Amino acid sequence: MFWSVTLSLLDGLWTSFEIFIFTLLFSLPLGLILSFGAMSRWRLLRGLIQTLVWIIRGTPLMLQLIIIFYGPGLWLGHNIWNGSESGRITATVVAFSINYACYFSVIFRGGIEGVPVGQREAGEVLGMTKSQIFFKVTLLQMIKRVVPPMSNEVMTLVKDTSLARIIAAYELTFAGYSFMKSQGITWPLFYTGVFYLAFVGILTLLFNYIERRLDYFR
Amino acid sequence: MAVLEVKNIEKHFESTKVLRDVSFDLEEGSALAIIGSSGSGKTTLLRCLNFLEVPDRGSIVVRGETLFDAARPLKEQEKDLRRKRLHFGMVFQSFNLFPQYTALENVTLSEKLLAKERPDFKQNKKEILEEIEKHGKALLEQMGLAERMEHYPHQLSGGQQQRVAIARALALQPDILCFDEPTSALDPELTGEVLKVIRGLADQHTTMIIVTHEMSFARDVADQIIFMDEGVIVEQGDARQVIDHPKEERTRQFLTKY
Repeated sequence: MFWSVTLSLLDGLWTSFEIFIFTLLFSLPLGLILSFGAMSRWRLLRGLIQTLVWIIRGTPLMLQLIIIFYGPGLWLGHNIWNGSESGRITATVVAFSINYACYFSVIFRGGIEGVPVGQREAGEVLGMTKSQIFFKVTLLQMIKRVVPPMSNEVMTLVKDTSLARIIAAYELTFAGYSFMKSQGITWPLFYTGVFYLAFVGILTLLFNYIERRLDYFR
Repeated sequence: MAVLEVKNIEKHFESTKVLRDVSFDLEEGSALAIIGSSGSGKTTLLRCLNFLEVPDRGSIVVRGETLFDAARPLKEQEKDLRRKRLHFGMVFQSFNLFPQYTALENVTLSEKLLAKERPDFKQNKKEILEEIEKHGKALLEQMGLAERMEHYPHQLSGGQQQRVAIARALALQPDILCFDEPTSALDPELTGEVLKVIRGLADQHTTMIIVTHEMSFARDVADQIIFMDEGVIVEQGDARQVIDHPKEERTRQFLTKY
């Protein structure tokens, strides 16, 4: 029994991990682009992004997931996600990426704006190009600033993957829950919790490591 | 011939005029000190020279080449902006060293980035980088920081940080080195070491513009002094003359405070 539960949870963990890693992969660069847009000279673009961030941060992620998964099928008459497991995971990643990109964009903007103007000016008077200033001067200082708030968001993301259950993606929480439903046993639920704790524990170590690596400057 | 000619510069932020009709020349190898109370426009003037601010009127000419002329369209001015900037070096009041780089890396970074644009960079990469490294080390030694090259800014005292910043500004061999209140952010006991370095540069006839509140230093080191008040040059002349025997009443009033 223990082994069959473990295998089943590992299966669910894999799905959760896929959602987690692909969401990060897409939402990090998208968040950076959004943060640039939010600091743009063009008021229209700034306004659009502010509105998007307001809508996404102002509504439940679960609601967004439901709309993204079921919406296209009802509007277009055919389901663009296809009903298979991979289609459900893809839809989850899309919904999560948009959602997390909005949160990340705010964190990134804070990080960029937190770097003193003097740093950019020093780069300018030394004849650096805009991209040199960003990549050689600002970026690392920004990363150092955003690591603590990012670690919060990333850990929330681990647990948010459980929302994929609402569109019947077989992720970790779903896996644990299914044993309670079919066998009437609760211990797999606690065992599921241990999986999440291990996942977050590894991330904590990783973030501590990054913070230590960036400790050499202030 | 004057290495720098500043003609009729005007600058306003919203409705406040910060600079009004500012004109002066700077001779090659001479040091100019700009004095005046806070808000008199000294810093804005330096920032205009370094293209950190765009003047609303006037022109800036270096070695006969017009780098900026407000009469011409702005788009055209922005062309070659990076190259134009290299005529000037800038030392900031708050140092603005890059915290993630060592003292030596701070000094060599911009030179290395510029070297990448050289057509022969790929072939002679190693030699070029070694040369830059050597140059950076020599500059830091000149600043008395031979022992501090591998230190990060937060491991250095304010005075040491400012000396690294001076070395960094010198690395690209600017025609004119600008100092924006270089000692104002320093403890009194650290001011001396920075002033000594600037004095050394003056002795080597580095062309400099120094915005400062250190009157006796300005008198000793500068050849010329400009006294500014409310965005206008009130008095301008030989350094000792202006400090010891100011002609204008307003200059006199200002100097009695020191």
